[in-house]
Amino acid sequence: MVEEESLRVVRCGGSELNFRRAVFSADSKYVFCVSGDFIKVYSTATEECVHILQGHRNLVTGIQLNPRNHLQLYSCSFDGTVKLWDYIDGILIKTFIVGCKLHALFALACEDSVFVIINKEKPDVFQLVSVKLPKSSSQEIEAKELSFVLDYINQSPKCIAFGNEGEYVAAVRDFYLSVYFFKKKTTSRFTLSSSRNKKHAKNNFTCVACHPKEDCIATGHRDGKIRLWRNFDDEKKYTYTCLHWHHDLVMDLAFSVTGSSLLSGGRESVLVEWREAAEKNKEFLPRLGATIEHISVSPAGDLFCTSHSDNKLIIIHRNLEASAVIQGLVKDRNIFTGLMIDPRTKALVLNGKPGHLQFYSLQSDKQLYNLDIIQQEYINDYGLIQIELTKAAFGCYGNWLATVEQRQEKETELELQMKLWTYNKKTQGFVLNTKVNMPHEDHITALCFCNAEKSENPTLVTTSKDGHFKVWILTDDSDIYKKAVGWTCDFVGSYHKYQATNCCFSEDGSLLAVSFEEIVTIWDSETWELKCTFCQRAGKIRHLCFGRLTCSKYLLGATENGILCCWNLLSCALEWSAKLNMRVLEPDPNSENIAAISQSSTGSDLFVFRPSEPRPLYIQKNISREEVQWGVFVPRVVPESFTSEAYQWLNRSQFYFLTKSQSLLTFSTQSPEEKLTPTSKQLLAEETLPTTPFYFILGKHRQQQQDDKLNEALEDELVQLPLTENIPAISELLHTPAHVLPSASFLCSMFVNSLLLSKETKSAEEIPDDVSMEEEKESVDSDEENNFTEQVQDTNNTDLGKDIIHQLSKSEEKELRKFRKVDYSWITAL
Amino acid sequence: MGEFKVHRVRFFNYVPSGIRCVAYNNQSNRLAVSRTDGTVEIYNLSANYFQEKFFPGHESRATEALCWANGQRLFSAGLNGEIIEYDLQALNIKYAMDAFGGPIWSMAASPNGSQLLVGCEDGSVKLFQITPDKIQFERNFDRQKSRILSLSWHPAGTHIAAGSIDYISVFDVKSGSAIHKMLVDRQYMGVSKRKCIIWGVAFLSDGTVISVDSAGKVQFWDSATGTLVKNHLIANADVQSIAISDQEDSFVVGTAEGTVFHFQLVSVTSNSSEKQWVRTKPFQHHTHDVRAVAHSPIALISGGTDTHLVIRPLMEKVEVKNYDAALRKITFPHRRLVSCAKKKQLLLFQFAHHLELWRLGSTVATGKNGDTLPLSKNADHLLHLKTKGPENIICSCISPCGSWIAYSTASRFFLYRLNYEHDNINLQRVSKMPAFLRSALQILFSEDSTKLFVASNQGSLHVIRLLEGSFKHLHTFQPQSGTVESMCLLAVSPDGNWLAASGTSAGVHVYNVKQLKLHCTVPAYNFPVTALAIAPNTNNLVIAHSDQQVFEYSIPDKQYTQWSRTIQKQGFHHLWLQRDTPITHISFHPKRPVHILLHDAYMFCIIDKSLPLPNDKTLLYNPLPPTNESDIIRRRTAHAFKISKKYKPLLFMDLLDERTLVAVERPLDDIIAQLPPPIKKKKFGT
Repeated sequence: MVEEESLRVVRCGGSELNFRRAVFSADSKYVFCVSGDFIKVYSTATEECVHILQGHRNLVTGIQLNPRNHLQLYSCSFDGTVKLWDYIDGILIKTFIVGCKLHALFALACEDSVFVIINKEKPDVFQLVSVKLPKSSSQEIEAKELSFVLDYINQSPKCIAFGNEGEYVAAVRDFYLSVYFFKKKTTSRFTLSSSRNKKHAKNNFTCVACHPKEDCIATGHRDGKIRLWRNFDDEKKYTYTCLHWHHDLVMDLAFSVTGSSLLSGGRESVLVEWREAAEKNKEFLPRLGATIEHISVSPAGDLFCTSHSDNKLIIIHRNLEASAVIQGLVKDRNIFTGLMIDPRTKALVLNGKPGHLQFYSLQSDKQLYNLDIIQQEYINDYGLIQIELTKAAFGCYGNWLATVEQRQEKETELELQMKLWTYNKKTQGFVLNTKVNMPHEDHITALCFCNAEKSENPTLVTTSKDGHFKVWILTDDSDIYKKAVGWTCDFVGSYHKYQATNCCFSEDGSLLAVSFEEIVTIWDSETWELKCTFCQRAGKIRHLCFGRLTCSKYLLGATENGILCCWNLLSCALEWSAKLNMRVLEPDPNSENIAAISQSSTGSDLFVFRPSEPRPLYIQKNISREEVQWGVFVPRVVPESFTSEAYQWLNRSQFYFLTKSQSLLTFSTQSPEEKLTPTSKQLLAEETLPTTPFYFILGKHRQQQQDDKLNEALEDELVQLPLTENIPAISELLHTPAHVLPSASFLCSMFVNSLLLSKETKSAEEIPDDVSMEEEKESVDSDEENNFTEQVQDTNNTDLGKDIIHQLSKSEEKELRKFRKVDYSWITAL
Repeated sequence: MGEFKVHRVRFFNYVPSGIRCVAYNNQSNRLAVSRTDGTVEIYNLSANYFQEKFFPGHESRATEALCWANGQRLFSAGLNGEIIEYDLQALNIKYAMDAFGGPIWSMAASPNGSQLLVGCEDGSVKLFQITPDKIQFERNFDRQKSRILSLSWHPAGTHIAAGSIDYISVFDVKSGSAIHKMLVDRQYMGVSKRKCIIWGVAFLSDGTVISVDSAGKVQFWDSATGTLVKNHLIANADVQSIAISDQEDSFVVGTAEGTVFHFQLVSVTSNSSEKQWVRTKPFQHHTHDVRAVAHSPIALISGGTDTHLVIRPLMEKVEVKNYDAALRKITFPHRRLVSCAKKKQLLLFQFAHHLELWRLGSTVATGKNGDTLPLSKNADHLLHLKTKGPENIICSCISPCGSWIAYSTASRFFLYRLNYEHDNINLQRVSKMPAFLRSALQILFSEDSTKLFVASNQGSLHVIRLLEGSFKHLHTFQPQSGTVESMCLLAVSPDGNWLAASGTSAGVHVYNVKQLKLHCTVPAYNFPVTALAIAPNTNNLVIAHSDQQVFEYSIPDKQYTQWSRTIQKQGFHHLWLQRDTPITHISFHPKRPVHILLHDAYMFCIIDKSLPLPNDKTLLYNPLPPTNESDIIRRRTAHAFKISKKYKPLLFMDLLDERTLVAVERPLDDIIAQLPPPIKKKKFGT
């Protein structure tokens, strides 16, 4: 482990893929999309993320292929830079520093400048300016030569389009379309009748696209119309045609490469292809799942890509067949269920598409699958009251999943349904087991499974505003036809008709804590008898949880009035309390630690503490400016080894939290994306080195060993786990095509060597290492001339005359150590 | 101004007939419109779209084609197989000639105007030579299998395109043989329809043939190779008409769904000369089939089953925002169809083939301004008088005393005597009409019902004295030598001394009835007269023109009155000049000589000559109801034009007595309710 940097909050995957139009590479092999501060390169064939281009320090707002070199990509960002990338290798080629926030980027083939949208003076007034990109060999270039093109435009890049190879630019805003002709330096402006007239109230322009071959501008409007403007170089003789299919606003428009068809999309989630711009000649690709935000067309013309509001890209063939789906974290709706971890897949589980639970892999920043909970057709219409998936919980190591859905149209008409799903090993998915209609009379406030190891019978507790909590157990539901199990209500408890607000099982499952407004009641889970009550009169209980492991005798409760209480269950007394306006109270399943996030006027603060002591282990102030809504501890696959006491709480679990604007954040000392895609990163590094693969092997090896030496000094006491993918020789063997590999006898010694963990002192190791490398280098370079290289080797040895004796003794030592460790490393390598 | 009791009449069950053809004449800027009942109307587009002439219809003469040829000659052809030429001066049919090919479906005049081409039911295309006074059959082209529904000449006159059922033929004019037969796809949205009817073709000078057909397609064909170049599917129903502009840079098509589409030839890119046809704007001004379209240099004109004639100006062609820049919808004829017997409170309604006589209801109740009074006696339908023969009624009139009814068709004049016995009516036809009284363009009774004035289509005016049950021809005013223009408007002074008559273009002639001679001629004005009336006592002649100007001419003084000079000097209010419809009736208040009452289809106006004239800054349409005008502000803002827009569309309005008005309305909804149902279109969200 490298030196521990300070802990910082990082955005962790799940960023918007649909923020801007996706861009295709010239050969349609890759599709690029912005994703927070990064640009992601996806393969259109496999949907896999090939590269992540990182380098921007703020939100990336625009990407565009370099028109003069289609292997390069321009990007711009709020950090005020335009960067040029080699996307195949994932290298940053150049950075142009513009200085001000850049909102969108356009690149044209004929000029050595790019166009960006900035806002200079007033906050809502945006300008389109062209930035001259100076030619220079240096990495970072100042590009300050700005020239204004259009003022007072819309900030969205959808509202700007360049036409006829950059002869004119069309911009739309509100009710007018302005076209600027670069050659004539004139602007034509066309205004539609505006909101005063009721019939034209929704005439606003929403997007614009230019025909690639003809002088034709297509504009989308809020009432769902598409207008095709022609003859717009004459402000009098201009004319337009209307195409009308969409019933809601047109979100985006794109012409096909030849211009023979126009694509449009909107809230209907239907991609419409207008062939030859004729109203009667249109094709549809329906049921795309969510609002189409952006449409892009590959330069080769064979693929389209639609970005959807549920953070999804769909790659669509020219014949309107969806061929690939790139799904990020679905984020366009309210999160009611909170963040959960699926115990089987370790995936993050939360509300996804309407009526679905999404399983999202944090490791690969990718949605694994959607589980349809509500199982009803979703009708996308404004003002319709939908069934909401409000609660979900996993139980029994992921064998059971309980979900609650509700729909309330009026005060008195509550529709409530609880579903219990069992994990089917055969189909590797959840299957509906029990459906309970109206499990409670009123809203269900909490549900939890008894997750104790010893519990023989799965138990679920639900609490509701109707004043009851119900215990549901799994019983035999077999009949003469088949053996089956089902859930039935076992016990109904209440306390003085107070609303039940929270419930929690102790770790061993022996106790159930249920909070009734201000009062916490403790129940024996064997007999369902009330053991004791705690009442602090400090407001309604908002969060409730038991301590774990050594702290299992403590019960924590956070109230709405901002008091955190800790009761000792043995003494039935308040152990301590603290004043904290708690939003999130989340226990770590792998340790005694409990994370609490409090909300204050300036931002959210994180406290990590153990229930046994009121003093927090770790405090991080101001983790987010906005309200944090949910948090969760995710067990690490590979435990980290933070030595610093303050960070030890992160050793076995990682903490993720979700803010109100639905950004998923976590804590890290390093960039988490480095860990996300280790293989691709490595490939990236490999490809940056040219020359022969073996030259690279050696170079890499050398680097690795030097790194190891440094690490050794720092982490003597730590057990170093040999990881196969960190050893370049092995990966190189696996990655290099077999026909270019030298014979195995030559590789063997190097291979074995690479598996060893060297323990030499710094001074002693440097020289022999160099020697052996040179030896190997020679042998590799001359494949056929074995004899000759051996001679060279001999001469080399003799050349080094002075150190021979010393070296021999060292090598003997080394040999011994090799024998000591050889078995172990061999096994791990396999 | 005072209050009036208004008879609001809505029982005039008038339904205009649908428009079948329109033909635009570029030279005179006139538009000929034929309706399904065979009526042909001529609109003068330069004179605010005034309907200046009309030819009455005929039951057996369904017009299918209409065209202008050789300058100002108008031809029509119909399903009775005849080609008809109209006499635009005398307003009658010059001659009818059978083409001997069965019903005629299409007709086209050659670009130089010397030849006429008709397409017949039997598949023949016949070429006629236009001679100065007649047409002469020249030859037949190759006979086709089915009827020729559309024809178009190449602008050079060398080729023609003929649309038939399922195919388009291209003929060489010289040889008369078909050189190409272009088959049209029958497929309609993937379904094979039985037949594809080519409703219209247009031949462009570059050899392109544009066709519109019953499958909803607009297709572009190369006539040199006979191949399809481009296909626009624009409608789910038939595309029924096409008209191309003279410059060949835009054309218009009308569909059975009531939509009119505009196609324009636009350059592909601004710096290339390549051009393409692009469908630009759709216009939905019709509810029913658009059977006919025309393309004037500045406007698209369309008409159809829903009886409206719609003139949609092209904004890019209109230089200044003036009268021509507004959308125009002409529904009602620009002449009076209602006459009124004031003393007996009778209304005579004129329909195409019958007359209806109604007695107005009466009430004993009183109320305040704006109240609807309950009727104590309902309106009575007294008489339903059917014409004899297939011809349409040209004009009709009831005498002010209510005891005479006169009407005329194209070939016969009828005069009836009415006797009232309590509630019964005794109708007696006055027989033995003199030979010269065969057809009348306008009929008028004098105020005391003793004289009948008839404007015949030879330009002569007959004065007839009516006696109990008989009549006596008094005099005939012959037209001025050299002019054969017919008089269409008549006005007689209440004292019976003066008769004013106006033709379609020349000035108004005033005759002295007592001395039976021409008294004077009001100076000619550029725009046609739309209404005439002579004021009582002063004998001032009030003339309304189609450009919305109103003149007052003193007959005794033979000059314009002072008031008329003042208003000409100051000019009318710009909103007054921008009104859509012409003034169709002028009358006077017997007790208030300073008032002139006039109306068009959308407003009723009382001009008070004693009040100051409005200038462009004052509010023309006074929103305040004309009640107790005591306060000073209203007094200050009061001007000569008192306008009421309460009754519309207004077909007739007149003063019955000092305190009673009658207003005949015809709501558009009632007309639409009587039309055949339109093509049902799915409306989103229903």
